[in-house]
Amino acid sequence: MLASYKLQHSFLFELHSTAMPLLTINNLTIEFPTRHETETAVDDVSLALNAGEILGLVGESGAGKSTIGNGIVQLLSKPGRVKTGEITLNGELISNLSDKAIQEIRGSRIGFIFQDPMTSLNPLFTIENQLVETITNCLGFSEKQAKTRAIELLDKVGIPEPEIRIKQYPHQFSGGMRQRVVIAIALSGEPELLIADEPTTALDVSVQDKILLLIKNLCTDLNVGCILVTHDMGVIANTTDRVAVLYQGKLVEVGTTKQVLSAPQHDYTKSLISAVPLASKRLDRFPLVEYIETVEKDLNQIDVSTHWLGQTQKYESVDKSMDNNKNDLLIIKDLNLSFITQNAFFKKNRRRIQATKNVNLTIKQGECFGLVGESGSGKSTIARMVAGLQQPDSGSIIYDGIELINNSNKKAVAEAHLELQMIFQNPYSSLNSQMKVADIIAEPILYHKLANKSEVTNIVGDLLDHVGLGRKSGIKYPHQFSGGQRQRISIARALASRPRLLICDEPTSALDVSVQAQVLNLLKDLQEELGLTLLFISHDLPVIRQMCDRVAIMKQGEILETADSEDFFEQPQHPYSQELLDLIPRFDHFVAR
Amino acid sequence: MLQFLFKRFLQAVVVMLIISLLSFSIKDKLGDPLREMTGMSVSVEEREKLREQMGLNDPFLVQYGRFLKGAVQGDLGTSYFHKLPAMTVILKKLPATLELTFAASLIIIFLSIPLGVFAAIKPKHWFSKVIMAVSVIGISVPVFLTALALIYIFSVKLGWMPSFGRGEVVHVFGYWKTNFLTTDGIMHIIMPAIALSSIMLPLFIRLVRAEMLEELSSEYVKFARAKGLSPMKVYFKHALKNTMLPVITVGGVQIGIMVAYTILTESVFQWPGMGFMFLEAVNRSDIPLIVAYIMFVGFLFVVVNTIVDLLYGFINPTVNLFGKSK
Repeated sequence: MLASYKLQHSFLFELHSTAMPLLTINNLTIEFPTRHETETAVDDVSLALNAGEILGLVGESGAGKSTIGNGIVQLLSKPGRVKTGEITLNGELISNLSDKAIQEIRGSRIGFIFQDPMTSLNPLFTIENQLVETITNCLGFSEKQAKTRAIELLDKVGIPEPEIRIKQYPHQFSGGMRQRVVIAIALSGEPELLIADEPTTALDVSVQDKILLLIKNLCTDLNVGCILVTHDMGVIANTTDRVAVLYQGKLVEVGTTKQVLSAPQHDYTKSLISAVPLASKRLDRFPLVEYIETVEKDLNQIDVSTHWLGQTQKYESVDKSMDNNKNDLLIIKDLNLSFITQNAFFKKNRRRIQATKNVNLTIKQGECFGLVGESGSGKSTIARMVAGLQQPDSGSIIYDGIELINNSNKKAVAEAHLELQMIFQNPYSSLNSQMKVADIIAEPILYHKLANKSEVTNIVGDLLDHVGLGRKSGIKYPHQFSGGQRQRISIARALASRPRLLICDEPTSALDVSVQAQVLNLLKDLQEELGLTLLFISHDLPVIRQMCDRVAIMKQGEILETADSEDFFEQPQHPYSQELLDLIPRFDHFVAR
Repeated sequence: MLQFLFKRFLQAVVVMLIISLLSFSIKDKLGDPLREMTGMSVSVEEREKLREQMGLNDPFLVQYGRFLKGAVQGDLGTSYFHKLPAMTVILKKLPATLELTFAASLIIIFLSIPLGVFAAIKPKHWFSKVIMAVSVIGISVPVFLTALALIYIFSVKLGWMPSFGRGEVVHVFGYWKTNFLTTDGIMHIIMPAIALSSIMLPLFIRLVRAEMLEELSSEYVKFARAKGLSPMKVYFKHALKNTMLPVITVGGVQIGIMVAYTILTESVFQWPGMGFMFLEAVNRSDIPLIVAYIMFVGFLFVVVNTIVDLLYGFINPTVNLFGKSK
């Protein structure tokens, strides 16, 4: 411990002795005063960054990593303010500058890249307009010079045919291309420092890889310093030179990337690193971030065999058949669906996109079936069709012997749908904010008359206990819970209609690593206890490896490969599967587990 | 483009058919036109003869069919009172109403955008609070009351402004005489325009403010600031253009509604426009004129909305009105 502290100290010392660092942050404290209390978002953080170096800021949501980035250029959202601390850029104090003076630093000396390329460009102006205004503003070029420079920049960030593309509007670019445009704009003022706030979180792995490489090369070529804010340990491992770990606004650890990842000193860093699911091996349970473990322990557990939750005849039949042969619970045959992308007066002029193309799947009773693919590959569309939220053009979905598509026996279909429940991606928007949690969970029970009114309160309480929230949470409203807790509410609501097949559509991609581990462990437990079958949709391959028994890989609406999960990760058959696996940002090589 | 206009034309035909059916079907409920036309001295037999001649005894559908046949050829019937084609009467009165609506729209555009933007940029400034408070009052007070108050203060008490009529007008061409070329004409249009805009202006201020506030919290505004642009450029270039999209959509509908509101304003100020004419037509049971007016206002709505949709398509590049592939 002491030795490594010395090492770290000597490293910092070295920074000071050789050259003046590009950026220094000394004892920065940022707070958000509200009517009730003052929340300290960043607490006494000191950092230094050299030119040409990439410093990673890592931590979970609410750790204050984005706040530091915004604080440097005084773009804090109201009512945030810098309480104390000094920030210098090339030795020049920039933390006490006036609005006018800091405005001249933004763009010209510090470039910014935001998380979501879909929203950071103005939809009503051409790329040219948005690039040129930045160049003329920061470098004082004439319109004509600026345009030539803009084309050069687009070329540099890897946009093909920049002379043509520059005339286009943001909606004519894909997500990855837009992020390239954003990077070009960030670089257009020839800044010394680049602040990238989760630049690849909204992008697919294959695109993420290219964007990170681009940032890395630009920093080396142009000798620009970069602060890379991210929650993804894989991104940190592949891209950054040094890393700073933040926890609840405090800097808990800083050092070279290799050092922090392979020999973390602080307990929080250690548990954070061990909680990241690995693509390289399968564990029984997700390791929790023990440092901040908060699940309430002593909630009374229910005995599923006697409880209401287990009282459906079908569970009994399931138990008998479980051991000897696994039945096919869900069979999908030749499922096709296309959407109109461009409507036209005449039918032949309409353009369509094939969301799913002859999809065939079989999900066995009691297994967890993973569906993997990049955005737009059609995985969520399949989930929506199985749940009955979308009608396919053709094909059939057979659940437990009942045809769900165009079946005239509406009653049988409705009963089948009752056993198919869905958990959505975003726990912030999938719960009705006007309803109490207990009412949200009770709604399906009452609607389908699954229990007497007198029993419902008790059942809801048991469900809340079972998902680890405690029955007292029932009287609260969704906004009083964190993301992970809300996803537990979603799970309780899904369980309330006693499902057999749970469709999980990216259930944890909006959540932090620590919370993800808790939620996924809960799903695993429930699967075992209740004999649930899971259709698990995710773009996150390490998570898929931990959760699923079998996987299917989708691309552009087609299933390329279906395999046992272990086989898939060890010997993928399809070249695209191999490509996906290679693109996972890994940091296994740093970590000896 | 052609395809869009063709589709719009078909929609317009359907809308006009529905409007004509509605307006035509209420014609029997508006009183007996013959009594108004002939007075007491004409005998019952003669009236009955006249009624037969005018086709008022025919079944509803026959009358409606005759009306439609004429309407297709641009003939909406002949006004009983003016003894002129209803279309001609309307076209004579149209310029006055359009000029009034135009003046009111100018007031709305040049006040609502700066005031709304100011209230959004500096929500805690005292002036923003005044704007919002006054706008609530503006919405709640009816147009005719505002008009009467204006006349009382500026014409009766202070004697600064003329209280009725169009004043001195200059002939441009056809039926079009304009207020905007003489000082007297401009003085006459100011108060009616203020009264007419008084109910729409607060609505637009609030709309601009709400949309602007939303745009200011968006990611691209933050990115524009991070690029080092000045606050003025961020507000008036990036945020304002996006703010205008919903404002234009609502504005198109509101201009149509404003034409309808001219009935109140014009009758208070004795403004010789379509609204005033309509009120007189109702009093005289001049049914062809009433029906023609309703049809014409419906037509104006369709035209204004088509123009607004075209405008929206030009401002917003993500909207593809013309079905051309990108």
